[in-house]
Amino acid sequence: MPDPEPSMHEGGEAKPAGGRYFMRFTREQRYLHAALFSSFLGLAATGLPLRFSESIWARGLAKAVGGFGAILFFHKFCALVLTVAFLIHVKEIVTRGIVHREKGIFWGPASMVANWKDVKDLFGHLRWFVGLGPRPQFDRYAYWEKFDYWAVFWGMIVIGFSGYAMWFAPFFAHFLPGWALNAVLVIHSEEGLLAILFIFSIHFVNTHLRPDSFPMDLVIFTGVESEEEFKHKRPEEYARLKAQGKLETRLAEPPGIWQINFSRVVGYSAILIGLVLLALTLSAYFWR
Amino acid sequence: MKTASMIVRMRVLFAGALLAVIVPGIAAAETDCLSCHGDASLQDASGKSVGVDAHTFAASIHGTLKCGDCHATIKDYPHPDQITPVKCESCHADEAAGLTGSVHANKAEHPCTSCHGDAHAIFPKTDSRSAVYPLNIPRTCGACHGNAAMARKHGLPNVYPLYIDSIHGFALSKEGLLVAANCQSCHGSHHILSHNDPQSPTYKANIPKTCGNCHAGITDEYMGGVHGKAVTAGNLKAPVCTDCHTAHAILQPTAAAFRMQSTPICGSCHKEKLSTYRDTFHSQLGSLGGYVETARCWDCHGAHEVLPASDPRSPIAKANLVTTCGKCHAGANLSFVQYQPHANAHNRKLNPALYFVRLFMNLLLAGTLGFFVIHTILWLIRSRYDQLKRKAAEGGKNA
Repeated sequence: MPDPEPSMHEGGEAKPAGGRYFMRFTREQRYLHAALFSSFLGLAATGLPLRFSESIWARGLAKAVGGFGAILFFHKFCALVLTVAFLIHVKEIVTRGIVHREKGIFWGPASMVANWKDVKDLFGHLRWFVGLGPRPQFDRYAYWEKFDYWAVFWGMIVIGFSGYAMWFAPFFAHFLPGWALNAVLVIHSEEGLLAILFIFSIHFVNTHLRPDSFPMDLVIFTGVESEEEFKHKRPEEYARLKAQGKLETRLAEPPGIWQINFSRVVGYSAILIGLVLLALTLSAYFWR
Repeated sequence: MKTASMIVRMRVLFAGALLAVIVPGIAAAETDCLSCHGDASLQDASGKSVGVDAHTFAASIHGTLKCGDCHATIKDYPHPDQITPVKCESCHADEAAGLTGSVHANKAEHPCTSCHGDAHAIFPKTDSRSAVYPLNIPRTCGACHGNAAMARKHGLPNVYPLYIDSIHGFALSKEGLLVAANCQSCHGSHHILSHNDPQSPTYKANIPKTCGNCHAGITDEYMGGVHGKAVTAGNLKAPVCTDCHTAHAILQPTAAAFRMQSTPICGSCHKEKLSTYRDTFHSQLGSLGGYVETARCWDCHGAHEVLPASDPRSPIAKANLVTTCGKCHAGANLSFVQYQPHANAHNRKLNPALYFVRLFMNLLLAGTLGFFVIHTILWLIRSRYDQLKRKAAEGGKNA
């Protein structure tokens, strides 16, 4: 029987009924995430059949994404979309952090840059897992969220560079040694595989499927979360904003029903596609 | 009896006179036989047709012969019901000798007529009515060799359908090319031997010569390459024409199907090379069914005149690499061609840089995933435990 008054612990989805809502992600950040995950799904779906081209499903999947002839076209198309998204993000950081000298971009509690608290939080969290200490009080971005961010950031540079080196191999051959042309495929495919395995298992569980958020944390789609959720997941940030009297500046409208439903459809689809691709990847290791 | 015999004789004479008038060219003497056998519906005691079409026979290659030339044992009328079979070899001694020892040597199973058709309608092989006219040969042989049950019985492939869809079969049946290879071009006609027989034109060592009867230029190239030299030296593990092109189903080499099936053929001997090729982008994209543009073995190594990299004429000789790679990669330069299409990332001696790059990437992958998998599992257990505890504390019904 369902709980008549579900608490925030029952699931991380923003509940439109009652309570105050706070803004976590701007519209631009949400669009960027959408561009990121849709192009990533496209890259994974077109890259995996190449990585495991000897697998039984590779040809089927290649056909599903438009045939063997289209597979490179779509892979390169998604790569361009992701490259543009990456460049927009970098430009945003440069504009805010360097041009406008906005505080807190490169340091401070709301920055993506790792700090000493993250190290303490990691060990604190591990201690809490095994019952040796209290649950750490996380700020705006927890250490695993920063790791997600930097893993993607580094991944895009590594995969992007090695990908373009293959795409324009004769050009890159002007300043890369011969063995590097062999190495870029190894780098591209291993780093791509790591990204796929990480996103479709670790990121999915950490962010969406763990009990505090199950089945999906909609905040990246709606941009807002309930006060309860905010307080539970990021107590340090909540307390800090409250102390500074800035909590009200973050107040936001509760998400509309259509927004929640749309987010669910998009989010569940992305998770489903990701899990299917994860299953295929793992199957390639066991059924050659 | 006497009356009946008289009537028959009268009928023979009358019919003979009539035939002599209406079929000029048939010797008067033959009219005696045709007076009975000219009836197309005439059957012997066992129900076998013994009628002869006088028109066709007169036009056939044997048209000038008399019945008695072949049916030599029949001297008189009436002749016995059981007559000795005709001995073709009494004239065609060479052909008969050829059949001896061939796969079709059993005369009872393979009488001359099984290939040459109706004994009274045999035409020269240059005549399109002949069963052994080049354009008719595949159908003639296919009568048996297109029969799946027969093929199974003799442990042979059912070759007719393979042949007829091949580039040779297409040229013959669709284009009507007399020069297109038919069965006989490779197997011979009377003295057909098993491909296991060193005398056979289809014996492995003889195949280059057999194909070379038409494909002389290609055979020359092949004989100059490592495979041709190996076969000449008696190494029958080296591939001959049919190992790559197959014997009957021969595909157009530019066709997607051929490009898809060719790499594993080379790899059946060059296992290490196939395995390292599989690790490359050429293979990965090329394996996805029908995508034929990526390099296959012979795109770089050459198809017929395969030469080692140490030979300056080889397309994979150092000095030729820019040209060879440049066939697909416009702008290929000296640095570009240092790419190793058979690099082995697991071989520290041969490819040290690649080896360490792969090792680093593998450790990065295993380390990152290993840590986070443990981290996530512990987290899941702890979160669930806390959740249940909280529910129990709240007196939740689901606790």
